[in-house]
Amino acid sequence: MIKLTVNGKKKSFKGAPFTRLIDALREDFALTGTKEGCGEGECGACTVLLDGKPVNSCLIPVIQADGHRLETVESMGTPEKLSKLQSGFLACGGAQCGICTPGMLMTAHAHLKGGGKRDDKSVRTALAGNLCRCTGYQDIVKSVIKAAKGAK
Amino acid sequence: MSVGKNEPRRDGPAKLTGRALYLDDVNIPGCWHGVTVRSTVPHGKIKSISYDPSFPWDECVIVTAKDIPGKNLVALIEADQPLLADGIVRHREEAIVLIAHADRATAYEAAKRVKIEYEPLPPVFDMEKADKVFKSFLIQRGDLDAGFADADIVVEGEYRTPSQEQAYIENNAIAAYEEDGVLIVTGSLQCPYYVLKAMKQIFNRDESRIRIIQTVTGGGFGGKEEYPSMLAGHAALLALKAGRPVKIVYDRHEDMAATTKRHPEIVRHRTGLTKDGRLLAQDIEVIMDGGAYATLSAVVLSRGTLHAAGVYECPNVRVRSKVVMTHTPPNGAFRGFGAPQTLFAVELHWERIADALHIDSLTLRRKNIFKLGSTTATGQHLLESVGAQECLEKTVKSSQYVSKRKEYDRWNKNPKNPTWKGIGLSVCHHGAGFTGSGEVYLASRAGIALTSKGELVVLAASTEIGQGTNTMFAQVAADALGAPASWFTVETPDTHKVPDSGPTVASRTCMVVGGLVSRATKELKRAFEAEYGRVPKTPADLKKAAFVLCKGAPARRFEVQYEKPPEVTWDDATYRGDAYGVYSYAAIAVDLEIDRLTYEVRVNKVTTAQDIGKAINPLLAEGQIIGGSTQGLGWALLEEPIFKDGVMINSTFTNYVIPTSLDTPPFEVILVEKPYSRGPFGAKGVGELPMDIPGPAVAAAVKHATGRLIPTLPHTPERIAKAQP
Repeated sequence: MIKLTVNGKKKSFKGAPFTRLIDALREDFALTGTKEGCGEGECGACTVLLDGKPVNSCLIPVIQADGHRLETVESMGTPEKLSKLQSGFLACGGAQCGICTPGMLMTAHAHLKGGGKRDDKSVRTALAGNLCRCTGYQDIVKSVIKAAKGAK
Repeated sequence: MSVGKNEPRRDGPAKLTGRALYLDDVNIPGCWHGVTVRSTVPHGKIKSISYDPSFPWDECVIVTAKDIPGKNLVALIEADQPLLADGIVRHREEAIVLIAHADRATAYEAAKRVKIEYEPLPPVFDMEKADKVFKSFLIQRGDLDAGFADADIVVEGEYRTPSQEQAYIENNAIAAYEEDGVLIVTGSLQCPYYVLKAMKQIFNRDESRIRIIQTVTGGGFGGKEEYPSMLAGHAALLALKAGRPVKIVYDRHEDMAATTKRHPEIVRHRTGLTKDGRLLAQDIEVIMDGGAYATLSAVVLSRGTLHAAGVYECPNVRVRSKVVMTHTPPNGAFRGFGAPQTLFAVELHWERIADALHIDSLTLRRKNIFKLGSTTATGQHLLESVGAQECLEKTVKSSQYVSKRKEYDRWNKNPKNPTWKGIGLSVCHHGAGFTGSGEVYLASRAGIALTSKGELVVLAASTEIGQGTNTMFAQVAADALGAPASWFTVETPDTHKVPDSGPTVASRTCMVVGGLVSRATKELKRAFEAEYGRVPKTPADLKKAAFVLCKGAPARRFEVQYEKPPEVTWDDATYRGDAYGVYSYAAIAVDLEIDRLTYEVRVNKVTTAQDIGKAINPLLAEGQIIGGSTQGLGWALLEEPIFKDGVMINSTFTNYVIPTSLDTPPFEVILVEKPYSRGPFGAKGVGELPMDIPGPAVAAAVKHATGRLIPTLPHTPERIAKAQP
């Protein structure tokens, strides 16, 4: 049996050890905030944090998370009380259709929490593995920088 | 006032917290997984379909064309596209057999165990050799021969644009099930009433026994305009046969290979001008590749044709256009809808003319651009809201176009510099709403409901697909009533709850449907004034007023229908008159740099001014402009579906590359607001306009940088390297 911590809660997984992490999250733990965009690690929509680092959950077998700590978008704010980062996205137009947004948030969160720089170039570099077809990225980058500055 | 303010996106909090439910997130108890067996030949007769006897087929539900209770048809414009191929296939990836199973992996395994044998027939892939024409148009103005006879110079050019993949991040996904005798279809889609129309014919049911409900939709761009009708039919056939819910969720490869894309196109220009650069004659020929079935090709061609002469006054014009059949998956709606292709040609053609006349393309544009009172190729007089010139001048000024042209000329002359630099311009118009008499034919309806509890609910079939429909509707309704936007909610597009507002396409949601919402809300306002004595001022007041107006009923609806503005006249037979009620306008300057060794292009800055009448929500409008322009930059520089034997072979994000955050430049957006008297608060269309012109501006900038005029897209390093200076 695989044991892991998801959004601060201890969970166990009894299915096949090579189940994709995204399927375990969405189907076994009912955490559908994590989205599948391509299933081949190119789009980043399925990004979650494994011990604080962003990973594509479509490429990782759940056994690789055994004994580790996972965070998904559900660990952030709620619609009634958004986190600072989520509020930044709302204020700056960082989400349109929203399907890339959870992955984008997780990558940005890891970047900021890991002490990444708050300038345009650094944020763009951090987000380069997350595809968005709606926004053209400028408002996403602004969202992240605004949230980071607001947090200081 | 709410209009003009950046009200926060209505759907934002749910999307930002992972609570928004896209189709694949919805928990539908007992739902099976549907998969599709597709043709492996581009054209052929189906000789046999066999099923591997070692597989436990009794666990599955299998559907073929024989199982269709009504017409084997995806009803749209022409009755030519079957829901499931029957006897013959006309393109690769055409759906033939559907399978559902409780387990997703087993369903995919089952699909591999179906064997289909074909008798191959010769395919046509070259649009210039295709003989079946789906639709053709002819626009004529003035006397073309006389125009050329008067010309000091005639400049010819041929331009080709490739297909483009939609690349919404949520793939197509639909679920279907029956509940109390009603067939419910729910999923990722733009046009619930299009799906309803198709389903009625497939299942021989009227609208009371079919219900289409949109789920949160992860991008559309036109790619979920017509294709969901096909997918809905498939899911519903499986669900009815299985007697349980079935969902079909495409994976990325399947979505890219099988669903609709932008039409590839060839455009030829022959242009006569005076020696000082005034247009005298434009002779334009357009060929579009429709793919195997007509889908929306006729209307895509129409829009492309109507935009082909560009944003310039010319006394003598002929545009001949046709869309032809080839044996590739059908092309369909994609942001811009035929206009980006023809605008690429007319805009880049100015660079050729500039070389021929030794007059720069900015001067040439200034001489010919539409002004108030100009007449278009169809004979439409532009009598209001013409922001073309203002967009051009603001873009030129803000981008420092003129001084950068000179600065980069000096930079490019020095062989020691590691790069070439260029800045290119482009200008366009985009007709808002349906073409010609299309809006009259649609006769859209929208409304507002006041419940007895004092809730105000906007009723429209227009879908929120990321562009901000729900937020915009609430803002429009708020100001029409004179109440805060927070008083309004927007009903989920559900064909059993909302009237048919027409499709969510053609940059029409704000201008046309928003206008209907505004009118309906004004009817409500009049009812408040007449029956309650005033428009309520507080939520408590609203509750009291609602009690009075509802007269004991649970709710009261105020619905209005589209009325053609009396000044708009259009003749479908001659293609003369007011092709669109009004046009939006845009200009763009693309500032880029090319590595002299690797030919890689880096876009350093994009400046764009766009006249959209009125920005109901400037933040959302700018989001449309930056996002649409980025799709245009992708088409211009990176994106190219590669077809082999009639199928896209780079059908993954690994080798079909769309822009990332590092590929996109900083954008400076200048909103130009030339109000349109028929739009809500002056608003025109914004959705497609930004997609129209990054392509030619990139090509013009590459020409400036390298001296190479490359009449096709995308401008990949390989293509620039091979081009002759």
